[in-house]
Amino acid sequence: MRFQPIDQFAKNLPPATRASVYQSTKTTHEKRTKLLFDQFAEPDRLREIAGEIKQHAIENLDTYLPQVEAKLKANGAHVHWASTAESACATVLQIMRARGATKMVKAKTMVSEEIELAHYLEKHGMEALETDLGEFIIQIDHDHPSHIVRPIIHKNRREIAQSFEREGLGSYNDDPATITQRARHFLRHKYLAADVGLTGANFVSAESGRIVLVTNEGNSRFCLAATKCHIALIGIEKIVPRDRDLALLLNLLGRSGTAQDLTVYTEFIGGPKLPAQPDGPEEMHVIFVDNGRTEVLASDCREILRCIRCGACLNVCPVYRQASGHAYRSVYPGPVGAVLSPLLAGEKFPQLADLPKASSLCGACHEVCPVNIPIPDLLLRLRARAKDENVPSPGTPPMGAWALLASQPTAWRAALAGGKLIDYLPTKLIPVPALQAWAAKRELPAWRGGEFRKWLKNRPR
Amino acid sequence: MLNSERKPITGKRVQLMATCLCDAFYDDVAAATVEVLEHLGVEVVFPEGQTCCGQPAFNGGDWAASRKVVRHTVRTFAGEEPVVVPSGSCAAMMFHGAVLEFEKERDVSDVEALGRRTWELADFIVNGLGVKTWSGRYDATVAFHRSCHSRGTQSGEAALTLLAAIAGVKVVEFGEGEQCCGFGGTFSVSFPGISTAMGALKLDHVRAARPDVFVSGDMSCMMHMGGLAAKEGKPIKTLHLAQVLRDALKSKAAP
Repeated sequence: MRFQPIDQFAKNLPPATRASVYQSTKTTHEKRTKLLFDQFAEPDRLREIAGEIKQHAIENLDTYLPQVEAKLKANGAHVHWASTAESACATVLQIMRARGATKMVKAKTMVSEEIELAHYLEKHGMEALETDLGEFIIQIDHDHPSHIVRPIIHKNRREIAQSFEREGLGSYNDDPATITQRARHFLRHKYLAADVGLTGANFVSAESGRIVLVTNEGNSRFCLAATKCHIALIGIEKIVPRDRDLALLLNLLGRSGTAQDLTVYTEFIGGPKLPAQPDGPEEMHVIFVDNGRTEVLASDCREILRCIRCGACLNVCPVYRQASGHAYRSVYPGPVGAVLSPLLAGEKFPQLADLPKASSLCGACHEVCPVNIPIPDLLLRLRARAKDENVPSPGTPPMGAWALLASQPTAWRAALAGGKLIDYLPTKLIPVPALQAWAAKRELPAWRGGEFRKWLKNRPR
Repeated sequence: MLNSERKPITGKRVQLMATCLCDAFYDDVAAATVEVLEHLGVEVVFPEGQTCCGQPAFNGGDWAASRKVVRHTVRTFAGEEPVVVPSGSCAAMMFHGAVLEFEKERDVSDVEALGRRTWELADFIVNGLGVKTWSGRYDATVAFHRSCHSRGTQSGEAALTLLAAIAGVKVVEFGEGEQCCGFGGTFSVSFPGISTAMGALKLDHVRAARPDVFVSGDMSCMMHMGGLAAKEGKPIKTLHLAQVLRDALKSKAAP
């Protein structure tokens, strides 16, 4: 029998990978919850307020985007608009060519993964080096991130040590401190030699035009320390109305994502270097990327654009813990990815329409989301959309006959009586795939169809 | 819509939504629900035309099929009385899921009205009727599974309030109590590998706590976990909260 692709993927996942994904997500989730509930009287109320702020922002992008453009320009930055992945990549290339630049150092940004920027630049003869340690390892391995915040959650240190040895970064040594030292040594030279530093943004304030970047490695600062040109690649949903909104959002982001009060580095970038400042990039380009977001905004799943990419929903998700990130076949895995990836796929929605099915609808993702996104509701809406668009769904039982039965009481009662058959027939002989899928791993309880109704009618009163 | 927007309880007559699972497999749970409610002086009416809340098709994405069943359910449970259901999942379907799939339908207000009248059993007893004590005795160590569809409602706390009120009951905590058991309706058959892996993990945690009985307010979770445990050859005693409440009234020892 055919089952859902994510179930198949999980079946083939090496047990060691599953164990490390489980352990690491479980630990982070538990620390996150303890931190929030120890430190705040009503963390769930904070999540609701943060959700309202982000919902307001995305519903008023027509106000805030022109506002942020004006602020950024006043601060001395160039502003570009990219409606597609291709145009975003082309804009970066154009900026580099105009400066005669050939070497880029990149901080971690999910939108650059989404538009596959590094591949594009390499194809056009540019060097685009990842400087976040996890992303660097992904890059040398020609792999893909499997978690929004921890791209190499699926790898162990022995695999990483082998990759470093293969890349000529020293003889085999799987001590994490040594691995980090070697990466640091290699990257330091690259920072000095690079022409352009590329970052994303965690937030952009429409009020001030300030770009907020959070990292734990400080690599985004290094990317901008020696380069003369800063390119910030930003999804249009990253806008927040006011600087003061950042107080709430940053408090929630660090705690939700990595169980930290605040990430180690939090940068506020107001624009390019001012004449009076001793150093920093002289030129700054901000590229706002749409790449399907406007369509998401127009859909009945627009709440997903509130997402601040903390990864808390991945960490708590029992399906993600079993399947790991690559099971989702897209840049954004886990519950948020199961909503966002099919939506961003546009015309290719059917190819990813199975993602929203990969959930028991347990609601844990909604419960931890720092911007209170009702992820289960959105998964359900996308399931309904897949059905409306007649996308085949392996293993999902057809519901038409059931609905007919369940809306006709006489037929229903007859079925309750007739169901007794399953007690006598071997399951293998009953041609109902759902029943067989159930019974392969679980005993069926004894059929008691109609017994309660009989009891109710005949009991002594 | 959340179940905090409910109509207050007036009178002591309720309609029982027995759930399709109890109709087909767990008749004793439905019977226990009746006995528990009647013990509290509540008159229980059972609308004979009832079938299912419509959730299987709703979760499966076939909203047209689901709405057909929900419309039938709305007609079947006409009236003003509270509708009490021994399942957090079916209750949530009525006050949340059904409302979601009727958002663009003309009769959404009928669905919302039923949602406002619908109560999960423990929630109804504790927060609807204000009952927080329980007579009788039940000598058992109990592990209580908070089913996921009770998240964001008062059902879990209500069930624990009742269990703690029963003389002889000792409630034990177990690891990762907030995690899903892996049932998930159609998920359990279209993702059998992940579903059963989740169930096995839950069973490990529960067994480590060494309870005499494993109790929940939802038989769907129990059907999955009990079935899994039985297939492994290591059966585990599963009960619905209503059965524990009823057996306590009869001062039965745990089976």
